[in-house]
Amino acid sequence: MANHSDALAIEVEDLTVAYRDQPVLWDVDLNVPVGVLMAIVGPNGAGKTTLIKVILGLVRSAAGRVSIYGQSYSAQRRLVGYVPQRGSVDWDFPTSVLDVVMMGRYGALGWIRRPGSRERKLALEALEKVGMQDLAHRQISQLSGGQQQRVFLARALVQDAQIYFMDEPFQGVDATTERAIVELLQELRAAGKTLVVVHHDLQTVVDYFDWVTLLNVRRIASGPVKDVFTEKNLRLTYGGRIAFLSRSGDEPAETQIAPHVIEPEEVENGGTGIGERPIL
Amino acid sequence: MVLELGRDLFFDYTLRTVALGSATLGVVSGALGAYAVLRKQSLLGDAISHATLPGVAMAFLLTQSKAPLILVIGAAIAGWIATLLVISIVNNTRIKEDSALGLVLSVFFSGGLVLLTVIQKMPTAKQSGLDTFLFGQAAALLERDVITMASIGGVTIIIMLLLWKEFKLLCFDTSFGASLGFPMAILDVLLITLLVIAIVLGLQTVGVVLMSAMVVAPAAAARQWTNRLGGMVALSVLFGAIAGVSGAVISSSAVQVPTGPTIVLSISAIVLLSITLAPNRGLVWNWIRSQRERRKLRIEVVLNDLYTLASQHEDPRHSHSTAVLEAMSAHRSNVRHSLRELASRGWVENVNSDEWALTSEGVIQARYVAGRGR
Repeated sequence: MANHSDALAIEVEDLTVAYRDQPVLWDVDLNVPVGVLMAIVGPNGAGKTTLIKVILGLVRSAAGRVSIYGQSYSAQRRLVGYVPQRGSVDWDFPTSVLDVVMMGRYGALGWIRRPGSRERKLALEALEKVGMQDLAHRQISQLSGGQQQRVFLARALVQDAQIYFMDEPFQGVDATTERAIVELLQELRAAGKTLVVVHHDLQTVVDYFDWVTLLNVRRIASGPVKDVFTEKNLRLTYGGRIAFLSRSGDEPAETQIAPHVIEPEEVENGGTGIGERPIL
Repeated sequence: MVLELGRDLFFDYTLRTVALGSATLGVVSGALGAYAVLRKQSLLGDAISHATLPGVAMAFLLTQSKAPLILVIGAAIAGWIATLLVISIVNNTRIKEDSALGLVLSVFFSGGLVLLTVIQKMPTAKQSGLDTFLFGQAAALLERDVITMASIGGVTIIIMLLLWKEFKLLCFDTSFGASLGFPMAILDVLLITLLVIAIVLGLQTVGVVLMSAMVVAPAAAARQWTNRLGGMVALSVLFGAIAGVSGAVISSSAVQVPTGPTIVLSISAIVLLSITLAPNRGLVWNWIRSQRERRKLRIEVVLNDLYTLASQHEDPRHSHSTAVLEAMSAHRSNVRHSLRELASRGWVENVNSDEWALTSEGVIQARYVAGRGR
């Protein structure tokens, strides 16, 4: 487990967000220490994506305060990397893998300046880290779902940030890609980065993450996985729609649970097949 | 004939002016249209061009001038207001974008038609000629109009090139761009403003009714041929220019046909060619590819059937009759054809009149196919 110093990477106070009259986030307080790999879990409509978007200044809050390393997001922008949901862009856009990854440097480049050989080199290095160096010149519409996700990760890597926000990076990727992404996340944490990941699969929370926030409009709990990821908290978060399967073998200790949410949309998520077509 | 046309293009003042003006309109609308198409805003182009009509009429009513520049400025203001109206309707009500576009288009366009009628009934108007803005009148273009068009269009394209990477972010991944700190809402309004300018530049030549074709068509055709944004914008510009010049030339040469519709027909021909013939995305290409796939699948099925049959015997090269294979296949008629195809590759051989067996190469191929299917 990484050492958590007292420094806070992200501080959220009394955050409330509403779409029209419907509250999406209600009075959320959140402190994320430097150097943790944190999952945000909660049912659909819990405000997980919205929480990330408010912190990044993409959605306006009705009330509350967000700070990154003690200052406003706009002052600390260069310290933050962002991986949006894969489905949020049009993958038929006429551009190449390398070009998308270089977009991660646009913020550092500033206005008007175009990416050059330095950006190209950084992008190729990032692609190598995600195992996509051979596909650098491929048109993005020819990528599988897992490859699309790797491209987005590479784009965040070239941002060379201290804090990464990732919106469901495991959504619709195959087991190999999931493994590769987890390794990458853990490498980044080992390098002292802070990672905030919207996550759907409760069964892997204990294995993948060391910090977790349980969210359902309100913040239910937040802290180290071993303290917070309990049956009681999960019931509070998900209501009755949860089944607990104790892991085979061991005594079902509180932290050893492998909960599974029974949600109809899981079937839908599995069935969309977007970007899942094979290459060749 | 061709020589004559070429000579006219250089020495005939009217034709040269019209051709240059049409080419300019094709270049500018082709460039900005590429972004509109990529952002799935083709309908916005249509709404903007229709919405410019009341602007033209109002400009005339306020200034009593028919100077193209003044009318075009009026058109741009109306088009711009219409766009902002669409955006604010979408943001502040529950009305969806397509309905908002339809509403704004029809309200502005009918308002424009009413104003045109009012103007024509005014004693001072004396054949105001504003109705040429409906379908365009390229022949009325003067050299100074073309110079104005080219300079405004040039500025538009320079801005587009300077903000190339910012606009690319806007089109591909707005929220990522915003997280980097670029003011995406401002860039959005700026890009739409450039689109409005591109549209009003073409109004005199093509008219409000057909101008949306010049926004959508060159870009849609260009997308067929390339997988790069730069390539797409460049091709879109080229197609727009070709359509402009050829429209001008065709309408001047043959029977007196109007220039605007001829330009639109020219670009439509380019679109048709691109949709059918372009590699990778074209219809012909897709058809050939699917035929090839189908044939490959058919012969693999026969190869696999032969292998399955032979596996039930000691000898993997045990022969079987065509009738057995046909019984196993859904498409009987194709079995003989596939067997001949397989034989020509040396994967099966004809043992006696109607008995077929796998060759040793055929056994390897069949194992490969079977393994891949698993």
